[in-house]
Parts: sequence; C-alpha cells; structure tokens
Amino acid sequence: MAPIIEARGLHKHFGDVRALDGLDLTAESGRVTALLGPNGAGKTTFIRAVATLSKPSAGILRVAGIDAAAHPERVRRVIGLAGQHASTEPAMTGRENLEMVGRLFGIGRRAARTAAGAVLDQLGLTEAGDRVVRDYSGGMRRRLDLAASLVGRPRLLLLDEPTTGLDPRSRMELWDAIRTLVAEGTDVLLTTQYLEEADQLARDVIIVDRGTVIAAATPEDLKRRGGTDVLEVRPRYARDLAAVADVLSLVTRATPRIHDDTQRVTAASPGGGDQLSAVLRLLDERGVPADDVGLRRPTLDEVFLTLTGKPIDPSAPDRDAGSHTA
Amino acid sequence: MSHPTIDAVVPGSTQGQDRVSVPSGRTTFSTTAWVTSRRTVLQFFRTPQLLLMGSVQGALFLFMFRYIFGGAIETRGDLTYVDFLVPGFLVTVVLWTGMAAAAGVAEDSASGVYDRLRSLPIPRSAAMVGRSLADAVLTSWGILVTALLGLAVGFRAHGSVGGIAMGFLVMLVAGYVFTWVFILIGLVAGSAQAAQGMSMLVVPFSFISNANVPVSSMPGWMQPFASHQPITVIINAVRSLMHGGTGVVGIGHSTVYWVALSAVWCFGILVAFGALATARFAKAD
Repeated sequence: MAPIIEARGLHKHFGDVRALDGLDLTAESGRVTALLGPNGAGKTTFIRAVATLSKPSAGILRVAGIDAAAHPERVRRVIGLAGQHASTEPAMTGRENLEMVGRLFGIGRRAARTAAGAVLDQLGLTEAGDRVVRDYSGGMRRRLDLAASLVGRPRLLLLDEPTTGLDPRSRMELWDAIRTLVAEGTDVLLTTQYLEEADQLARDVIIVDRGTVIAAATPEDLKRRGGTDVLEVRPRYARDLAAVADVLSLVTRATPRIHDDTQRVTAASPGGGDQLSAVLRLLDERGVPADDVGLRRPTLDEVFLTLTGKPIDPSAPDRDAGSHTA
Repeated sequence: MSHPTIDAVVPGSTQGQDRVSVPSGRTTFSTTAWVTSRRTVLQFFRTPQLLLMGSVQGALFLFMFRYIFGGAIETRGDLTYVDFLVPGFLVTVVLWTGMAAAAGVAEDSASGVYDRLRSLPIPRSAAMVGRSLADAVLTSWGILVTALLGLAVGFRAHGSVGGIAMGFLVMLVAGYVFTWVFILIGLVAGSAQAAQGMSMLVVPFSFISNANVPVSSMPGWMQPFASHQPITVIINAVRSLMHGGTGVVGIGHSTVYWVALSAVWCFGILVAFGALATARFAKAD
C-alpha cells in the first residue's frame, strides 16, 4: 500500500528560524504514526504543512499520493485536523458544531445531521450533544474537537498534541477514542511531547529535532536502539541515594542518574542479569535497604537523551507553535 | 440553499453506524458563507454579554450627548440638537459595533477556528463573506436598538417615509462595507486585545466628523479632514434623507450628491478592504 504521507527534503524557514530543515519521512497507511520531539522541533510546522495551512519553502510533500503544493484543495478532502486549541464554538451545542463542520465538508443538511449523531455516539458525547459547548469540561471539548475532525470521514487524521493540558483521566479517554478510530481504518498522524503517548498509541515513532528526523522506528526498536538495558534502584530511605549511585557506578562503570523527584537511581547496564545480582549483593553487604531493584528496557525519554544528547524538556517555550498563531 | 453535491446516507456499515458518503470536489460558496455566518450570528445572540454590552455602550453615549453636551452645542439649519444628533450618531454606531467584529475575528484566528476552516475543502473567500454578512447583521441590530433609543430621547425624522427608508438603507450598506475594514484589522492583529487597540482608529473618524457637532465649530486646520472624510459624507447623506433635504440640515449640495458620494466611498472601501481581507485569510503561511 502507498504511504499516506511522504516528505522529501522539506524546508520551511521563518526569517532565520529553520522550522523544517530538510525533513524526510514516510508514514505508512493503516497505522498511527507519532511525531515526537521537544517544543520547537518542527512538529507543528510539519503537521500544518500536511494540513495545507502552511506552504513549505522547498521539498516534496505527498499526502495520500496527492502533491500538497500542487493540489492543496484535494488534500483537504482526505484530511481531518484537530489542532492544539479547541476550535469549536462555545455558544453552539456539540451537535450544532459537528453539523456545521459536516456542512462545510459539503455534506447535505440531513446527512450532516446523521453524521454528527454517529460521531457523537462514537466518542461518547451523545448525552452532552445538545448542551452548549461552553458548559463542557476541558476533556469533553477536546473530544468534541476530535469529533469535528471526523465528521467528514477523513482518510488521514492529523492530531496536533491532542492531549496537551488534559487531566490523566481525560487523556486516557481520548487515547481510547483514538485507538477505536485506528481499528476502524483511519490513518493517524499525531504530534506529542509525551513519550508515554507515543508509546501507547503509535506503531511508528518518528523523533524530530531541529527540523529534521533523527530516528524512525517502532517504540520497541527505538528502545533497543537507544542502547542498553537500565538498572534501576529505589532505596528505602532518600539519604541512601548517593550510596546507591556509588554501588551502581562500581558495577556498571557508567555514570548513574539520580532522580530526586522519584527517589530512584538509574544506570545503563550492558551486563544485564550478572550486574543485577552484583548490585543486589553489594547493597546487601553495605546495608543499604532497597524497596525496588530491577533491570528494564530504557524509556523513550532515555532513548531521546541518547539520540539527541539532551532530555526532553516540556517546560521549554513552544516557539514552534507560537510562531503560527497569527 | 442550492447544493449540487450529493445528500446520501448509506446505511449498514462499520459497527452498525450509518456511513455518510462524502462528496468530492469543493463545498459551494453559498453553503460555506451561510454556515459560517450562522455561527457568528448564533455566537452573538447566545452570548448575553455581547448582546447587552454594545447596546448599553450606545445608550450611554447617546444620553451623554443628548442631555449633557447637547445644551452647549449650536446646530446649523432648522434642526433641534436631538434631530441633528441622532442620524449622525446612528452612522457612528457602524464603527463602534465594528470594533467587536475585529476582536471576534482576531479571536477566531488565534483560537484555531480559522485553522480548521482553512483545512476544510471550502472556497476560503466564502468564509470571509460569511463573516462579513454576520457582522452586517450585528451592525443592523445595533442600528435598530440605537434608532429606538433615539426615538425615546425625542428624535423625530422630518423627511418622507421613502427618504427615511433610504437613510436606513445607506446606513446598512455602509455597515456592511465597514465590516471588511474590521475583518482585516482582526486578521492582522493576532489577538483580541491587539484588535481592540487597533480599532481605536474609529475614534478620530467618529469624533472628527459632523456626527455630534457641526464641523464649523472645529478649529480651521481640522475642518478639511472633518468635512471630507467618509463618515461625514455618509452622515450628510443619511441626515438629508431623514430630514428631507440638505437645506433643512444646513449643508451645501443636494441629497443626491451626498448619496452618490457615499456610494463611491463605500464601493472603494469594499473593493480595497474586501480584497485585502480575503487574500490575507486565504494565504498559507
């Protein structure tokens, strides 16, 4: 099957800022592809280019086989976009909002009503459908936004940071909704800063940094490629963090990371099982009680650190998105 | 609404839901304009703050001029101050309600509403035409409310019924045309606050006109602008139409002259700002 998105050498410059700097990627049909990267990496710029909101300065972009630069209006027929901001009308009901988007997709009045009803049902919003959106919770608004992007039955759904700012429960609900869509055959491209989100939803993860792709694989592959397994120790007492770090560095010969917030110490462990038992023995000898000692695969966070040399920093200002709001 | 695309529901597909077959090609201009304007009108009439604020603001200004400044202002022609004031005041309502339109457009722009619209298979200019039509409805509402308030504070038109109707028509046309100025401001501004700030340009056009006081009472250097700027021209047309001629109103030329000149101004503003606003909205960044 032809890829749903194909980008070759995509460039987009805003003044001196290279939001896209020769980006190459392929998103296959029939799965969720996640674009993962820190703020300002170019994720939003790319999704805006796919949505025909932004014209790349150079390069080739094909969406569902259509050249986006030559036929943007044909691309708009096959995509549905849910952006970072809720774009539904607060003074209208959920149903009215969806009917409006359906009508703008060129669906007739009655058919738009049917489509709106079906999508409300699909996202568990039927009960709230006739209330004005102004009375919705943040999570419901985001689900309605997702619903609005579905009314036109797009082949490709573009979700720009779909769960940013949501509480954990609403996030899970939205994840479930997205999984259902994929099961029904919609292709999804989503951007996220949450490693967990990419891990949970995506079959393919593409890591983007400074406008280029630095890695593309399945979450499993990435974890493997991100290096060795990780030894993780959680001491019973916070005062033992340094002592644990000492043990880990002695055994693994790697520099351990102390996570003060979660009271854990981690270190890359090429030796796997042997090193695990060595750590247990040493901790016991030194009389350092531990609540948890384990060997695990690296998280995407650690992979990102290995690949880019810097951790993901969700607190960085989002200049990528900010430059587009005008 | 005429709609050439299909209107079919295909029952019995995935998980028992009705699947709607989506038409190919572009959504029609009229559907897009109608659906988008409906949204803006609903937004206005379902938001009591918006609905009330404009009317209250208009009433306050009208009362202020009628009862506080009015006694100190000498009018020319045969008109009492309230009869002089209200037609001019009605025209400036077009400007003041426009400020809210600019803020609304800026908000839609910043909140992602316009991103969604641009991602849909619609003629992009139709979305802006829809906005302008909706704003014209809101302006007409403002004119209606202010006209009723005007009657309540003692305004009486002395012209013929036809003349008065023509006067309202000129105001509605001007109201529509000026929405394009505010749409452009809203698109360029980036945020609702900035749009409000930029809309302050209505202040000189509203006050350096003959809406509230005769131009002859202003200093000499101000008079050329005050008597030739479009708002004054439109006010002259409306005032003469409502009171039955330029003589009663105390200005030169004929009613036809002022109406024709207003039409020229409106046409020019519509073409210039309409083109700029639609181009700005349609442009990919």
